[in-house]
Amino acid sequence: MTSDNDRRRGLFARLRGRPAARSRGRRRLGAAVRLLAALMLAGGAYTAFAPSVQAQDTPMSSAAADGKALFNESCVSCHGRNAQGVEGRGPSLVGVGSASVEFQVGTGRMPMVRQEAQAPRKPPVFNPDEIRQLGQYIQELGGGPELPAGEDLHQDGNLAAGGELFRINCAQCHAFGGGGGALSSGKYAPSLKPASDRQIYAAMLSGPQNMPVFGDNQITPEQKADIIAYIQANLNHNQDPGGFNLGRYGPSTEGLAIFLVGIVALVFTTLWIAGKS
Amino acid sequence: MKRRKFEMAAVPGNVARGVDDRFQMATPLRRLLNKVFPDHWSFLLGEIALFSFIVLLLTGVFLTFFFEPAMTEVIYNGSYAPLRGTPMSAAYASSLDISFDVRGGLIMRQMHHWAALLFMAAIVVHMLRVFFTGAFRKPREANWIIGSLLFWVGFLAGFTGYSLPDDGLSGTGLRIASGIMLSIPVIGSWLTSSIFDGEFPGTIIVSRFYIAHVLLIPGLLLALIGAHLGLVFKQKHTQWPGPGRTNDNVVGERMFPRYALKQGGFFMVVFGVIALMAGLFQINPIWLFGPYEAWVVSAASQPDWYVMFLDGSTRLMPAWEIYIPIGDGYVIPPLFWPTVVLPGVLVGMSVLYPFIEARRLKDYRHHNLLQRPRDVPARSGLGAMAVTFYLVLALSGANDVIADKFNISLNAMTWGGRIGLLLLPPLAYFVTYRICLGLQQHDREVLAHGVETGIIRRLPDGRFVEVHQPLHREDGELEYVGWVVPKKMNRLGALGPAIRGFFYPIEKPAEAPVSPAPPVDSDTERSEITSGERR
Repeated sequence: MTSDNDRRRGLFARLRGRPAARSRGRRRLGAAVRLLAALMLAGGAYTAFAPSVQAQDTPMSSAAADGKALFNESCVSCHGRNAQGVEGRGPSLVGVGSASVEFQVGTGRMPMVRQEAQAPRKPPVFNPDEIRQLGQYIQELGGGPELPAGEDLHQDGNLAAGGELFRINCAQCHAFGGGGGALSSGKYAPSLKPASDRQIYAAMLSGPQNMPVFGDNQITPEQKADIIAYIQANLNHNQDPGGFNLGRYGPSTEGLAIFLVGIVALVFTTLWIAGKS
Repeated sequence: MKRRKFEMAAVPGNVARGVDDRFQMATPLRRLLNKVFPDHWSFLLGEIALFSFIVLLLTGVFLTFFFEPAMTEVIYNGSYAPLRGTPMSAAYASSLDISFDVRGGLIMRQMHHWAALLFMAAIVVHMLRVFFTGAFRKPREANWIIGSLLFWVGFLAGFTGYSLPDDGLSGTGLRIASGIMLSIPVIGSWLTSSIFDGEFPGTIIVSRFYIAHVLLIPGLLLALIGAHLGLVFKQKHTQWPGPGRTNDNVVGERMFPRYALKQGGFFMVVFGVIALMAGLFQINPIWLFGPYEAWVVSAASQPDWYVMFLDGSTRLMPAWEIYIPIGDGYVIPPLFWPTVVLPGVLVGMSVLYPFIEARRLKDYRHHNLLQRPRDVPARSGLGAMAVTFYLVLALSGANDVIADKFNISLNAMTWGGRIGLLLLPPLAYFVTYRICLGLQQHDREVLAHGVETGIIRRLPDGRFVEVHQPLHREDGELEYVGWVVPKKMNRLGALGPAIRGFFYPIEKPAEAPVSPAPPVDSDTERSEITSGERR
């Protein structure tokens, strides 16, 4: 019944609805149009007046600009155009700070050769100046932890205090002798042998890869100096008083040695002094 | 008065006569000194364990002079700077003093530890020799049982010693041991609290382990070793079959003087190897592990090698809890199976094996002659199976170190261990069985057809055959007597005697005869081995 009437009235009339409901329908339409207009006005005003990212940037230092150029060449494919990260490839670098850059790039871990469980240490791709520039760029981009100046960060370190902190916080993964150890699924805690003072400090500050962050409110800068002193002055530069340390891998290599050296030597002795078949 | 002439040369004889007059020693001593021991290198493996035990006693006594078995807290103030000012137990402080401040202390500690590892390693190697040659068969089952008990008592000795220095590694081991004891249903918590005198770690465990380590366990070891050697004397040593050797005699050297001198020399060599290892290789650097604190656990915290198979079985065990709904519910933790049940089964199986085999073969005769491993493929296969099982577990005990150093995923190592534990032992059995059969077959082949000469002969029809040197003149096969079959021509004297010496000749080869050649007996027929061609 209604369909017959509608067909006779034409398209426009049909859109407006029935004559009796026409005034209410128009009111509703008007409200919707006004709301839309207000929203557009507010949004437009915000877009016009709100500071955009580019607008906020104070001009970058020249070092940071150089760093950005390096970044755009070597890092952008995984970390994205403004270091905001790429899903499934690389994390955002906003806020990681120059400490992280110094560690990751300075130890050669970044740029990565391929995606794998963990980036291994390798000879660095960039020279120290370039690393500083990259660090400056990331620092100016989003802030974050920075390293103190100087190469020797363990001058005033207390060995005994550092040893205790090391055993409590580091030995679980890096092992008692700093030789490193396995984590799950191909990840690992690397050896501390090749690490410099600054790299150890940066690692504690930035928590690279699978390492937790040891911020300054957890381990104070003085305690960090103690730990670095223990690693560098004791673990890395102390001669083993008992002889060859068998890699400091604990009792597993000692067990290997007793068979490969002790038993083999003595079985040859028995062959020497007793009858053979 | 004329002074009697003092004759130095007569003193030993006079003293000996005097002793014999009073104690009647000569007859039993003569029997003892004339005791005959068969001579083969594989019979000296047990001696390595015996001599390491003597080194253990000597170095251990030295260590007790300086070790303080107490858990009272002290502040370390010795010469190792990185621990100065650190609070620690007196036991750990005195272990550090032994390592750094006692003259010769570090090498004594290291000798003690290396000797302990060698003691256990030699026990295992000796046990393998006894197993694979069938030396455990009647009448020597009791000695086999004593031997396997020696392993387990040595295991306890090692573990208590490992726990004494109270460093980070000791404490971690003790924590695991307390966990293992806690996992035993019903009695677990009582057992743990009675051993630790309350909650782990308590304040008395080092003192208790100390008295166990220096008195109770060595006493037990000494008694077992005494019984072990006494039984070897009483039942006489087994020997390999061979010319003149039967099931009812012993062919070898008298104990005195040559055998005793050799053994004395061998003791010196064992002592020397242990001292050399202690001087060259650092073992258990306790100063790096630091004092034990409950919150300190280092990566690569492993037990010594003979305990590592239990660590491995724990790592491979899936997390299967058994819940028993009695009362408020009762849980048997998964730790119970790999660390309590598994060693229990292993002890039972090793102790019972001689009886199982005798029953299976219905063989209840006396056996004083050894068997070559190839002649008993089933037993050799079982042995290989056991060794493989043990190796998979021991390697899994170090799987974090292996994973890290060889860049393997730790998870892959764990699954590899689980699958390997089930698959590899049967495979080892099969492979060993086939190898044994192959070796047997080759022995029979040489006995039947002779030794390969390396001379290739061309037959008139163009075929090539290798000339074999028969081992006997008469027709028919030689019988296999259970001993080495010569398989090379120089073993038959055909190519001139082999020049003795392992790395370099220790004798000059006999001069080659120069012409004119020495006269040859014309009546003995000498058939020269030639290529068969005549010109």
